[in-house]
Amino acid sequence: MAFVLILFPILMAALAAALPSNRLRPWLIPVTGTAHLALTVFTLARPDLTVSAAWLVLDPLGKIILLTVSTLFFFCSFYAVGYLRHCAEHPNRVFCFCFMAFLGLMSLVTWSHHLGLTWVAIEGTTLATAPLIYFERTPRSIEATWKYMMVCSVGIALGLLGTFFLAYSSLHAGLDSTLTLEGLLKHAPQLSKPWLHASFLLLLVGYGTKMGLAPMHTWLPDAHSEAPSPVSAMLSGALLPCAFLSILRIYHICVAAGDGAFVSRPLLWMGLFSMGVACVFLVGQRDFKRMLAYSSVEHMGILAMGLGIGATALFGTLLHVLVHGLTKGVLFFSAGNIYHAYGSKSTEQVSGAMRRVPLSGTLFLVGFFAITGSPPFGPFISEFSILNGAFDAGRYVTGGLFLFLLLVVFIGMGATVLKVVQGRASFEARNRPYRDTFLSGAPIIGLLLLVLLMGVYIPGPVTALIRDAVLFLEGQP
Amino acid sequence: MTNLLNSILVIVLMLNLFSLGTTRIVSVIRTVAIQGALLGLLPLLLHEHFSPVIALTVVTTIALKGIVIPGMMIRALRDVKIKREVEPLIGLQTSVILGALGTVFALLFADRLPLAAHHAGALIVPAAIATVLVGFILLVTRFKAISQVMGYLVLENGIFIFGMLLVEAMPFVVEMGVLLDLFVGIFVICIIVNQINQAFSSTDTRRLISLKE
Repeated sequence: MAFVLILFPILMAALAAALPSNRLRPWLIPVTGTAHLALTVFTLARPDLTVSAAWLVLDPLGKIILLTVSTLFFFCSFYAVGYLRHCAEHPNRVFCFCFMAFLGLMSLVTWSHHLGLTWVAIEGTTLATAPLIYFERTPRSIEATWKYMMVCSVGIALGLLGTFFLAYSSLHAGLDSTLTLEGLLKHAPQLSKPWLHASFLLLLVGYGTKMGLAPMHTWLPDAHSEAPSPVSAMLSGALLPCAFLSILRIYHICVAAGDGAFVSRPLLWMGLFSMGVACVFLVGQRDFKRMLAYSSVEHMGILAMGLGIGATALFGTLLHVLVHGLTKGVLFFSAGNIYHAYGSKSTEQVSGAMRRVPLSGTLFLVGFFAITGSPPFGPFISEFSILNGAFDAGRYVTGGLFLFLLLVVFIGMGATVLKVVQGRASFEARNRPYRDTFLSGAPIIGLLLLVLLMGVYIPGPVTALIRDAVLFLEGQP
Repeated sequence: MTNLLNSILVIVLMLNLFSLGTTRIVSVIRTVAIQGALLGLLPLLLHEHFSPVIALTVVTTIALKGIVIPGMMIRALRDVKIKREVEPLIGLQTSVILGALGTVFALLFADRLPLAAHHAGALIVPAAIATVLVGFILLVTRFKAISQVMGYLVLENGIFIFGMLLVEAMPFVVEMGVLLDLFVGIFVICIIVNQINQAFSSTDTRRLISLKE
């Protein structure tokens, strides 16, 4: 099954590259997205399909990320058709090719049980997304792409060094050097500690760069704000979790080696620092897509912090991966529609979105309440569960800081969002031809219903999946 | 074997310093190309048994690091019509001295690392650390986009040297995957450098300042 899920999007990408029609080509994306989601759900329902090769195994952690990636891509694929129709003057061959290849590479990340292969796939996603960020061909998007390529490539190169250190930790312990997850977990207690610790720190910095943890997040606000909205949504909701999965792998090995206490401190600090940095830049932010990007930094911080707390916070952390991805889809899609309606991303030009594009404006506002953890939406449940975990573990200071930072984010984001949706639209904005359509609106409503569902009632299979993943992380398969 | 290996690594270390000490970007590209090709030879010295897979790895690495990637960089350089790095952040002599200090530090530091017994005599670990440091110096102190890419390549070479210790852990497929990523990465970067030059009439990355808070 692994080969189907990984190679099918790549084959469709090749097909898109060969298709000459600029108008028909984008429709290959929803075909791919629908088939990929159907295959993913089918695979998740059938435990016998989860081992495809020695290195390609879908464990419970991979399942959660794969489900997040595939669901978000499904909605994204329909939204992308509408988005590309609006930008009909741009050729979309490169976009369609890279977008689907990107899906294939992310599927590879979720299946890979060889850490070298994981590295190749993660670096591959950087290469596949660089042309996507550059889609609008403005000087600003070139600048964003350049920063993205350089910062991520260098960061990920450190990740490769960390991966090598991990292999050396088994070699130094007198074992055969290996990078397969099974081999490392089996011999985790014997691994050479100094190399294992160095490897953890390098991998945290390396994949943390890709995940957007501060202070290595510098590429993220630029890339997320300059990329087309379907790409921003995938970067934030699907790619960052893929990098998080790589950090989960080394976390898993360290916990199995009995080093849980060593790894939790850097994760906690980095998590809280990311949230703090996001707060500073969220308050008074004028560019509403940049605001969403900093919100991603904040939420990646929450994930790192949740992992650092461990124990009972793990359930909330893994749930948060899923609900954050879906909610960010709602926000980036509606932000993309508002951008098209006004031709600007700055609150200086954008106001009155509720009247100018009623559907997108309303969804943007509702999405804001969802992402900041207001009930009855999914993020409320996951953030509450992480907070609960923090207090359970006796980390009252962490829990208190977490609550305080969430409050600051709510106020900071709220000010920007209200400026966008309230008031009256300017004369030029009202004369632009853009209107909400079925393709630009329906995917957002679908995603929002899922976010609402996750807040009101988490479906049984999802709960079971996350419980499995927590047990897997704690070493009780 | 260790003698030959160490001699190659000493040349690699000297090439590091040479790449720090020249303003002509074309010489930096050539230096890094020679370094990459030399590193491509290492698997031949480290494997006891010769096999076709090793031969393929060696040929691919040398072709890519020694010929294809430098070729692409030189083409990009010609397209953007620049020859010299202007006014690096710190002077050339200073950066050479920094690089030399980094190398000494790496040699001393590697002595204190807990290494497996059969790796203690070889220069692999200090050479890897020194090359990574030099890569960072190039990345941080140069302003031309192409020079920064050369810094990234030197960094990558350093990590490649460390990978030589782990022959079994990195199977052929993964090794090729890493090289493919490097190749595509440089390809994409060359296109972006060209676009930067067209949009900003310069490849000076200090002009990329429109995106900030």
